[in-house]
Amino acid sequence: MSEVAKNPSVAKEEMRADYEKLANVIDLYSGKEGCLIQVLHAAQEIFGYLPFEVQKYVADNMGFSVSYVSSVSSFYSFFSTTPRTKHDVKVCLGTACYVRGGKLLIEKLQEILGIGVGEATADNVFSIHVTRCVGACGLAPVVVVDDDVYKQVKPGDIAGILDQYRGK
Amino acid sequence: MRIKNVNDLKLIADQYNAELKKYEHTIYVCGGGGCISSKCQDTKNFVDSYIKEQGLSDKVNVIFTGCMGTCAMGPVVLVEPERIYYVHVTPERAKDIIDRQIIGGEVIEEYTFFDANLNKHIPCIDDIPFFAEQVQIVLNKCGKIPFDSIEAYIAKGGFTAVAKAFGMTQQQIIDEVTASGLRGRGGAGFPTGIKWSAGMKAQGDRKCIVCNADEGDPGAFMDRSAIEGDPFCLIEGMMIGGFAIGANNGYVYCRAEYPVAVERFNKALDIAREWGMLGENILGSGFNFDIELRIGAGAFVCGEETALMNSIQGERGEPRQKPPFPFESGLFGCPTIINNVETYYNIAEIINRGADWFAQYGVGKSKGTKVFALAGDVINTGIVEVPMGMSLRKLIFEIGGGITDGMKFKAAQMGGPSGGCITEKNLDTSVDYESLTALGAIMGSGGLIVMGENTCMVDTARFFMQFIQDESCGKCTPCRIGTKRMLEILERITQGKGTLEDLDTLEELSYTIKDTAMCGLGQTAPNPVLSTLANFRDEYEAHIVGKTCPAHICSALAKYYIDPEKCKGCTLCARNCPVQCISGKVKEPHVIDQNKCIKCGACMTNCKFGAVIKK
Amino acid sequence: MSKVNITINGKPYEAEAGKTILEVARENNIYIPTLCYLEGVNQYGGCRLCMVEVETNGRPMRNLQAACMIKISDGMSIKTNTERVRKARKVNLELLLSCHPKDCLNCNRSLDCELQTLARRMNITERRFEGESKDIPLDISAVMTRDMSKCVNCRRCVAMCNNIQKIGVLNAQKRGFKTIIQPSFGKHIADTDCTNCGQCISVCPVGALRETDAIAPVIAAIEDPKKYVIAQIAPAVRVGIGEPFGMPSGTVATGKMVAALRQLNFDEVFDVNFGADLTIMEEGTEFLQRAKAALTGGEAVLPMMTSCSPGWIKFIEHRYPELLPNLSSCKSPHMMQGAVTKTYYAEKLGKDPKDIYLVSIMPCTAKKFEIIRPEMNENGVRDVDAVLTTRELANMIKQAGIDFVNLPDEDFDPVMGLSTGAADIFGVTGGVMEAALRTVYELVTGREIPSDNLHVHPLGDSDQIKVASLTFENVLPEYKFLEGFTARVAVTSGFDGAAQVMEMVKAGENFQFIEVMGCPGGCIVGGGQPRGVRSEKWAARKAGIYSIDEGKKLRKSHENPDIIKLYKEFLGEPCGHKSHELLHTHYTARGKYNELIGKK
Repeated sequence: MSEVAKNPSVAKEEMRADYEKLANVIDLYSGKEGCLIQVLHAAQEIFGYLPFEVQKYVADNMGFSVSYVSSVSSFYSFFSTTPRTKHDVKVCLGTACYVRGGKLLIEKLQEILGIGVGEATADNVFSIHVTRCVGACGLAPVVVVDDDVYKQVKPGDIAGILDQYRGK
Repeated sequence: MRIKNVNDLKLIADQYNAELKKYEHTIYVCGGGGCISSKCQDTKNFVDSYIKEQGLSDKVNVIFTGCMGTCAMGPVVLVEPERIYYVHVTPERAKDIIDRQIIGGEVIEEYTFFDANLNKHIPCIDDIPFFAEQVQIVLNKCGKIPFDSIEAYIAKGGFTAVAKAFGMTQQQIIDEVTASGLRGRGGAGFPTGIKWSAGMKAQGDRKCIVCNADEGDPGAFMDRSAIEGDPFCLIEGMMIGGFAIGANNGYVYCRAEYPVAVERFNKALDIAREWGMLGENILGSGFNFDIELRIGAGAFVCGEETALMNSIQGERGEPRQKPPFPFESGLFGCPTIINNVETYYNIAEIINRGADWFAQYGVGKSKGTKVFALAGDVINTGIVEVPMGMSLRKLIFEIGGGITDGMKFKAAQMGGPSGGCITEKNLDTSVDYESLTALGAIMGSGGLIVMGENTCMVDTARFFMQFIQDESCGKCTPCRIGTKRMLEILERITQGKGTLEDLDTLEELSYTIKDTAMCGLGQTAPNPVLSTLANFRDEYEAHIVGKTCPAHICSALAKYYIDPEKCKGCTLCARNCPVQCISGKVKEPHVIDQNKCIKCGACMTNCKFGAVIKK
Repeated sequence: MSKVNITINGKPYEAEAGKTILEVARENNIYIPTLCYLEGVNQYGGCRLCMVEVETNGRPMRNLQAACMIKISDGMSIKTNTERVRKARKVNLELLLSCHPKDCLNCNRSLDCELQTLARRMNITERRFEGESKDIPLDISAVMTRDMSKCVNCRRCVAMCNNIQKIGVLNAQKRGFKTIIQPSFGKHIADTDCTNCGQCISVCPVGALRETDAIAPVIAAIEDPKKYVIAQIAPAVRVGIGEPFGMPSGTVATGKMVAALRQLNFDEVFDVNFGADLTIMEEGTEFLQRAKAALTGGEAVLPMMTSCSPGWIKFIEHRYPELLPNLSSCKSPHMMQGAVTKTYYAEKLGKDPKDIYLVSIMPCTAKKFEIIRPEMNENGVRDVDAVLTTRELANMIKQAGIDFVNLPDEDFDPVMGLSTGAADIFGVTGGVMEAALRTVYELVTGREIPSDNLHVHPLGDSDQIKVASLTFENVLPEYKFLEGFTARVAVTSGFDGAAQVMEMVKAGENFQFIEVMGCPGGCIVGGGQPRGVRSEKWAARKAGIYSIDEGKKLRKSHENPDIIKLYKEFLGEPCGHKSHELLHTHYTARGKYNELIGKK
């Protein structure tokens, strides 16, 4: 491993602790086979997202090319290359939620927040995402804000749900 | 403690059961996925502290369990020994239940399960048709024990099957599984015994056994419930499989969308290791076995077994060409056996009770039970386990309680994006692999979406094709581009821009994709289209020729009208119309100019009097 | 190998077990269309054009099978030509075409495009499927032009870049319909650690990857009356240039090529072989100087590594900057020759070097980057002004309507047209080392190298890494420091081999001299050569190159009379002051992400 890899010149002072955490994760997995995805999960947990510098660090310290790492990370919808907003609003569009009106919830969200799916509000507080079935089909349609699941949501409930997170 | 042999298991079971007997009452609080979303943790916390507060800790046992099944009614609570089943148990209701039933001995009927068909509350769980008609093999412990207690699992007979298996030869185990008629529960229904036999015979210094817990079919949450409610049973099933084929490494690939399942299973792994039920020389058998949990990252295609292996290996989840099959060259190039979660949950019971016992359930070549996730326009949404061979009608209308909002039944969608629709005329079909396949649907993994009359089948086909397009890995041409073209055609049709020739093109593309796509996902991708075309061609034609959507779902084809009776002339709709096509005087009914209307629906959203109607 | 019996289209065949359906079909001249498959490079099963019907043990397999992936088994029955098969292949091809631009007429691969050929072969006469296609801006570097809107996702380039070259710059990013083959985060290829080897280009079936065109500036220079335009041709070009004109692989077409260049109105045509002989003089001398220092207690960095391959240079600058001192300071042959042309020969011509426009014809794409390196110029005059690949030259010849096959042979122009056999073998892996050893050994001992027909085995073999030892005995007095010394040399080609050898060097493996060429097999299968199956092309072209060497009277660089004359008239002595000024260079530590550029 080259020295460059060990000490990413890009790592700003305040990020050093995060990179150390990541280095520990990589160490932890070093004896196991095929752990790139698990390491990327951990990296996203640490940094909130997977910018080029982080993927580069993973690549150098796990012996991959960065192009390979991004080819894996960009394959999976869980990995993001843009910073997270304060609150992720996810609307489930699994079959049950779709049949029970999930599409209307998205339309309502877009209308209230004035952004499209995959976009963030200008103040970086909310972003709208469509998720695949979250396995809460019995409660369809569901909206998930951060880790909170809202069940049997109607378009009229959206504004109230969002209000709970404003200023939080 | 560390469990060293079978006697230790018995000891633990006896101790635990004796402990349970000390209590006068047991309150089971459901900690399944649906109830968690309904904040059951609050209920559980309240019950714990209130029991303590009332000085009842010696008399009342509180148990946090996995999913009990009625996911839309959470949080649910079962009180034993009376077996009263309470629904929507908020902390306030919980207080009432403790005050009035536990202390007062009274059943609070209005908090109990309400059966919509019988139009009455049914307090005792054993009388509720939703439960009474089920046969639970896979879920026999789920919802009945604390999910994080290995002692409770052992007390219910856990790990006796693996103990028994260690006394059998590999061939005997495989013979038993083969004789049981168990088939893969992931959807394709391949006989498990035959698969294991190939795994046992495969040559390799190292073999792997893998559990596919990437339950990606939208509308399916059976595996999630099983893992969250009874994680040790998966460990036991995989261990027996590992022993039978000669694999010491187990991998569970769980989708990242299931953080609770991941957390609970990881904890179960730790506990099992701590107690010596994973690791070296398990139960003194000389057999070493451990399991690693690998988490997916949001790619439906990873439910396909070869893509899943690539993903476990940390690669792009692109499928591999078969042959070679996983049992020849699988994970890390080793002979590998992959089974679905539910398949493994059947193993312990088959070993314990024998193939004949298992095979008494089911019909024809489909033995045992099947777990279904009931969802959509059905009253009792949730998880049910029924013997194969039950009719769909019984499943939907008796167990499921029928269609919501008094709607007419339109179709049942089975098998997710790989499956198809079953219509009214086939509702009496027996739920088994062969019968469903004959109808152009598939058993699938168990997602059963019930659709009422307000569902547009063309839009449903478009929905599935959109799903497939989003989730196609992009490796092979027919799936990468073919499904895109199909989606574009379906979008045109739902916008009223389709032609009848489009239907031929859809069929042509469907057959080529089925015939040439690399993996199972691609090969089955056209099924929802073919199935809806076969059963609902008239709906397609209505969109194309009549330019109408009979279910009023496709917004481009919808027409908005203002009901003059309801319109108060508040002008809100006119002011919000982006194309100024609504006219009318203040305090007089307004009218929409159909020629100018762009069908955005803004008038309908803004109307405070429900005067705007979509037809 | 055990044999199995199969039937194809009802006819029985016996074939080796373990082969794929496609391999057996091709051996027996049964056509199965393919697009993503490329022998020796890519077996991916993605395009689904090679679909066939298969029956095993008397049971038909439910779906059509990809012939490139499925191995034959005893009793297998295969149908390659049923209506079901033809229809499925055609629909899949139509789907590929539905998101491919409709501008064949403007594409540089027209008439040389595998997709176009398939479309004709499958009788595509209309566009039945329309829909979203990819609209992706071009990525143009000095070396290559990437047009991802034309990409068919065959992944050949990915296999080449990752599995064979193990550079890993190009990979599939995103998934599904949005899948795009590109560097990480969509970076421009010029901003990555791409070595410019061009092997991706040489396997691309369509116009998605191509060298950045230098034809237009070259023609402009030819048309400019003020410019004196000289062509100089690399060793490997002469055994590749015949192929686009239907001549068999490996045909030596030196004379026709020279004649064609004259017809294209180049003022003079020189042979880069001359520069190769010059390189041996310089590099051999540099090696002896380093060896002397090392063996007599002085300071010198060994092993010395060759520096002829610009792809290799960029590789080491990115990956092993710490080993840059091991690189020979010699410029590559065409750059040396360029420097001499713009000085020595300009003087002879009585021309201002600024008016000379020097065009290198190369089997190589990386040379397009080499010529724009800031260090490659003398007093503001570029050593070389343009690089055309073998493919580009063929295109120019075709455009000019020259009947290449029937051209009478012509000779190179004098002054820098004469070369020895040692220079010819520069085009093949092991050739530079062999040429250097022929000269070094003779300089040191006064005797010809004691090997079979001057070939040093196993350096010319197709193995990835080749090692040989050579002991110097009975040396001439001035080389007595070498008496009894055994030099260990290593030869490798391709970056996978290069990385392995560099790791050996870092681990302290005892080598004195290492030859590295960037492309696996050497320049004859360089990124600028005509496309085709690598293994076949390599063998045939190598045979062509060796036949030229063996057919020459002069086979050792130091015997080249024009080289001797050049030193006498102009340069003085090898590695002398003037040489250092003109023929030697320095390198840039780049680091994997170019982070070292500009840092001390």
